[in-house]
Amino acid sequence: MRSHILLLSLFAFFVSLVFAVIAKDDPREQARFGGLLFAGFLGSAIVLGWLMYPFPR
Amino acid sequence: MRAPAAEDTPSANLVLLCLASWVIPGAGHFWLGRRNKGLIFLAALPAMFAIGLVLRGRLFPFDLSDPLVCLEALADLGIGATYFVAAALGSGTGDVRAVTYEYGNAFLVVAGLLNLLTVIDAHDVALGRK
Repeated sequence: MRSHILLLSLFAFFVSLVFAVIAKDDPREQARFGGLLFAGFLGSAIVLGWLMYPFPR
Repeated sequence: MRAPAAEDTPSANLVLLCLASWVIPGAGHFWLGRRNKGLIFLAALPAMFAIGLVLRGRLFPFDLSDPLVCLEALADLGIGATYFVAAALGSGTGDVRAVTYEYGNAFLVVAGLLNLLTVIDAHDVALGRK
């Protein structure tokens, strides 16, 4: 388990799951909110990664 | 003057609820009849903590001379009984040379913090705020 994207996805999955279950009561809303959070985590990490690409140090 | 016993019971129950919720992730939600939520917390949080250990993360010591390490130790402890089981089994020594060391620490710390969040949530549910 050395893949950055895999570990990032796993981390985002767990955090999104717990946040969604805490914040919403209805399973559908939980799934929707959790999905949005997960996509937000992954998307922002990828965008930030590319923004930092020209500045390796 | 001491408050009547009838007034003591709810706050004593609330303390017990929060303690149970801290010791076993999801126990507070089980107690309040929110079984699905409790089950998800019970599965997800120890799993996240275990992944942190597999990634060679470290259970930080309570080193008062280093406030940041102390805060990380407090966050690790947030997972409750799982922390003590892992420590008793000799896990969480951490391997700073491992590529995944920092990832492991992130998983351990965040699992503990998320469990503390579930304690606060159980507390709010018990008080009827949610």
